[in-house]
Amino acid sequence: MALAKFDIQNLNLYYGNMQALKDIHFDIKPQHITALIGPSGCGKSTFLRTLNRMNDLIAGVRLEGSILLDGQDIYQPDEDVVNLRKRVGMVFQRPNPFPMSVYDNIAYGPRIHGLKDKRKLDQIVEQSLKAAALWEEIKDRLHRSALSLSGGQQQRLCVARLLAVEPEVLLMDEPTSALDPISTIKVEELITELKNQYTIVIVTHNMQQAARVSDTTAFFLNGELVESGHTEGIFTMPRDKRTEDYITGRFG
Amino acid sequence: MRAQTADRIATGFFYAGAGVVVLILAGLIGYILYHGASSIDWAFITSPPGGLAAGGGIGPQIFNSFYLLFLTMFITIPIGLLAGIYLAEFAKPGKVTEAIRLSIETLTSLPSIVVGLFGLLIFVNYTGWGYTLMSGALALTVINLPMMVRISEEAIRNVPMELREGSLALGATQWQTICKVVLPSAFLSIMTGIIITSGRVFGEAAALLFTAGMSSPPLNFTNLDITSPASPWNPFRPAETLAVHIWKVNSESLIPDVRRVADGSAAILILVVLFFNISARWLGRRIHNKLTGQ
Repeated sequence: MALAKFDIQNLNLYYGNMQALKDIHFDIKPQHITALIGPSGCGKSTFLRTLNRMNDLIAGVRLEGSILLDGQDIYQPDEDVVNLRKRVGMVFQRPNPFPMSVYDNIAYGPRIHGLKDKRKLDQIVEQSLKAAALWEEIKDRLHRSALSLSGGQQQRLCVARLLAVEPEVLLMDEPTSALDPISTIKVEELITELKNQYTIVIVTHNMQQAARVSDTTAFFLNGELVESGHTEGIFTMPRDKRTEDYITGRFG
Repeated sequence: MRAQTADRIATGFFYAGAGVVVLILAGLIGYILYHGASSIDWAFITSPPGGLAAGGGIGPQIFNSFYLLFLTMFITIPIGLLAGIYLAEFAKPGKVTEAIRLSIETLTSLPSIVVGLFGLLIFVNYTGWGYTLMSGALALTVINLPMMVRISEEAIRNVPMELREGSLALGATQWQTICKVVLPSAFLSIMTGIIITSGRVFGEAAALLFTAGMSSPPLNFTNLDITSPASPWNPFRPAETLAVHIWKVNSESLIPDVRRVADGSAAILILVVLFFNISARWLGRRIHNKLTGQ
């Protein structure tokens, strides 16, 4: 078995006095889709946001324990957060394209990282859109506002925008919760396809989605990681009573 | 039935309230434009005032008003924008931030005549410049800055958090995020705010009486030497603006056609301010269209 991409140990996280994550131990495998499930407020999104230090933006967050990315602790004082986020990108709950053209949205990342060559940028835009299965749909509209796209297209654009900076890990925070069923299927197909090249961690409310797309599933409850393992195993033979109650719909 | 009657009466009051506001505004503007229309012609808006004779215009005053507006905005916008960015993006709740907010609120409520007298002490006497455009611009900056800070802060805060996160999640620094995502998204709202405050600056008189002065040297527009007092572009010359001119003509002028000049000036002033407000609304609509992707 390959070495873990993320190795999380003794992770505790507090918002002020409230403990949001309790003693989490977890490995995230490379080239693998890991789904985080659990009821609202269970800490799954908070956990996801510790992986690229998005929680740094919130005042009053305190974190204990360690998160190793390829063996390096990303919470070391001298960690380069900007570089970390370049390696560990994120797709959000609601599509958040920048209010600029489709082209500029995708070129944004490479440009801030210093790329100016027009031809190279053209190439990256095309590749990223193709990788996000959006090229055929919008290749004639590259210079229209990204906000004129449909919700599902916007979300895939956000994935394409991320791919353009060549991350190693894609974090997805309920990426389809704001989308209609057809767009959801397209995004799910995209996620499955990206698995070969990227390590993907997806938070989802939707258990069918977790079952459909993921290899590993982790169940969170009240800030604890209750159970994790092969997705099939979790859904057919949960070891913990609470997991079983949740996936059979008894709460949550 | 009784509830319905009460509802109708209440609705009637709301309409009446709104109607009164519109009537006051329409009456005022209508009165000013009606009386001003007959005195406005090309000669009036281009020629200098008459001194003692009738038939003078307000050309230099119009120019001074716009030039002063430009100078004021040239000073106000960068400072206001930087302070707004600081308050919206960097300020942490605490004593310093509270002190800044208190200062801004206090500045907002200062009467403009007080700012004018302060300007007389500092920008006119202390600097030794005398009555100059620059003194006036600095006094107007004092009046305008709190508004500008608020507008920028508000506009920047209104940029959705998700856009910032989207940028940061691509490995952008906070500074790149502000410059390339936040400010462009807030740009039109900031522009709208700037235009609305421009209307205020354009109509301000009290703060200028003792700073930019009430006299205007004859202006020679071919004189591009900005150190010459006769050059219109010299920021260190005295300059009477349109709003100040209206006040002066009415209170101490010796010309026989006071009424004509005052009416015409007021009409021009109102038209310019109206133009500012209408363009702000037009921009506002464009913001909406841009945000909704139309």
